[in-house]
Amino acid sequence: MSEITYLEAIRDAIREVMKEDESVFLLGEDIGLYGGSFGLTNGLFAEFGSERVKDTPISESAIIGTAVGSAITGMRPILEIMFSDFTGCGWDQIMNQAAKIRYMFGGKAKVPMVLRTASGGGAGFGPHHSQSLEALFAHIPGLKVVMPSNPYDAKGLFISSVYDNNPVIFLEHKCLYKNKKYAQEVPDGIYTIPLGKGEVKRPGKDISIVASSYMVQKSLEAAEILQKDMQINCEVVDLRTIRPLDIDIILESVKKTGKLMCVEEACSFGSFMGEVITQVIEKGFDLLDAPPIRIAGKNCPVPYSFILEQEMLPSVEKIKDGILNMLGKN
Amino acid sequence: MKECKVRECAIIKKKLTDLKDYKIVDRYSNLKKEEKVEMLKKMYHIRYFESEVEQFILKGQIYGTCHLYIGEEANAVGAITAIRKDDWIASHHRGHGHCIAKGSDINLMMAELIGKGNGYCKGKGGSMHIADLHTYNLGANGIVGGGMGVAVGAALTNKLKKKDGVVICFIGDGSTNNGIFHESLNISSVWKLPLIYYCENNQYGMSTSIANSTNIERLSDRKASYGIEGVTIDGNNVVDVYNVVSYFAEQCRTGKGPVFIEGLTYRWRGHSKHDSQVYRTKDEVEQWKEYDPIIRYKEFLIESEIITADEAKAIEDQAVKDIKAAVDFADKSPYPDLKEVETDVYAD
Repeated sequence: MSEITYLEAIRDAIREVMKEDESVFLLGEDIGLYGGSFGLTNGLFAEFGSERVKDTPISESAIIGTAVGSAITGMRPILEIMFSDFTGCGWDQIMNQAAKIRYMFGGKAKVPMVLRTASGGGAGFGPHHSQSLEALFAHIPGLKVVMPSNPYDAKGLFISSVYDNNPVIFLEHKCLYKNKKYAQEVPDGIYTIPLGKGEVKRPGKDISIVASSYMVQKSLEAAEILQKDMQINCEVVDLRTIRPLDIDIILESVKKTGKLMCVEEACSFGSFMGEVITQVIEKGFDLLDAPPIRIAGKNCPVPYSFILEQEMLPSVEKIKDGILNMLGKN
Repeated sequence: MKECKVRECAIIKKKLTDLKDYKIVDRYSNLKKEEKVEMLKKMYHIRYFESEVEQFILKGQIYGTCHLYIGEEANAVGAITAIRKDDWIASHHRGHGHCIAKGSDINLMMAELIGKGNGYCKGKGGSMHIADLHTYNLGANGIVGGGMGVAVGAALTNKLKKKDGVVICFIGDGSTNNGIFHESLNISSVWKLPLIYYCENNQYGMSTSIANSTNIERLSDRKASYGIEGVTIDGNNVVDVYNVVSYFAEQCRTGKGPVFIEGLTYRWRGHSKHDSQVYRTKDEVEQWKEYDPIIRYKEFLIESEIITADEAKAIEDQAVKDIKAAVDFADKSPYPDLKEVETDVYAD
């Protein structure tokens, strides 16, 4: 057990599964000696060699396609797409091949692969390196989508993703990677967290805040402030996996608080939290005593300039204001 | 087998009909008599399978669309006969021929085509997605070039697991201008993967002729960009296809990396169910029909005294009967249970 960052926890997970299972290998741009764009695969090339930590040309379609073909034929590939925005270059391989092959073949093939990629804004990377695309992935039947919010979850969810027999899109938030503020004690060795199970990260009775990934951390900060300053008691539900979605944990929470606020970094139009709110209305309308609301990204690309980027993205302040508005305390 | 064989098979001219060599000769293959006969059987099975499917189309029994392989049979049969049963193939949207050549059950194929629940994909895939992992077939693909990355992955598995298997990735001329074509050829070359790209140049990507889409004489010239070997051959000559693919398959197994073969051939029918074929003349189609891969091969077998004309006729008649039986099987098969619609999306 040692205190490690989110990035180190994912690296730890990769190392553990590679030690345990010879069919696991890594593919991606600059992941070898260089250690990956964010340094996540540092040291793995030295430990496992160039056959199992494979540097690739800049060929997203071929990288993802290679993972699909090797997965069908008996391997468990983990591929890195440097920024989630670059998945656009290999979208056919994700949407038409990885996701649909099992169904199209009448259930005869398994596609056990993990596509890891850095997601989200808040780091000044501009419109082509900062998007939150989870709604696109979650929309496609056949894909699972994982969005961990802390190091402990990241490791356990990653190991589950590698041993899952489906294509898993593992969205890692670049603002969580190296931030020591979010470092945690993480057990050594193998442990798993099931895909499709959320977790209440902070129990409360006044309002349910539903979020994933980095927005869980922002929501927790807002909840702490409101508790301290105004004795407002927020419950924070971390989805951890958005597909499969743990709708039960959300309904359970709303049953207790009667109020639902969803927080997400992606643009609000056609967003994933739109799906969450729809399901809550369909399955638990009577549980609600106020209209659900979303705190989401503004409907524009993620801009470069620091002040514009802050304006576009949700923040602790915006979450706090949203809660106060909802509770009529502003 | 020597490299000179590949040089002899290589053709320089762009159009098959420019060739003088109508006759098939076989100086190099070590095929046994039964194997040679089997190739004829497979070609007839493909021809009559597709002819029956065409009847389904005319009668309106094919829901959606499908793509017929009539006229291109020698490519699938020659190439697949040249590899082992446990070598993988990946196919494309015009994929029925590859399935039959790889040994798929024609009853289950026919059932899939008319949407029955016992078809190869339980009625969920249809013509463009028939896959059969038992015969090492990674499936047809509805996206042009879509199977190329998958084939690279299968070849990488062979390499990582230290197996001496080879993968044939069948593609059409249309895919050669797609991004995945470039990425796949390049990445597989860098990694020296055991992969044969077999490009069936049937002269048209839907309605666009190869001349209107590509400004080089031979698609195999692209090999230079990837530092790999490649050749253009007569894709309507099943013996040449067999010989060239066997030669390269052995090279691949020894770790020499991928190769690119362009088989010149011709699509006798339209692109898909609906095609008025305004982009080509009847004369052109008739000219290519003179290079019928089945008639040429049958004449070769008879002239080489491998089979008699009567035996050839018996093989053809049996193919017709087998296909009729497949139609009967498919007709009598049940439609899928509606509860199946949401199964097979995720694996356990």
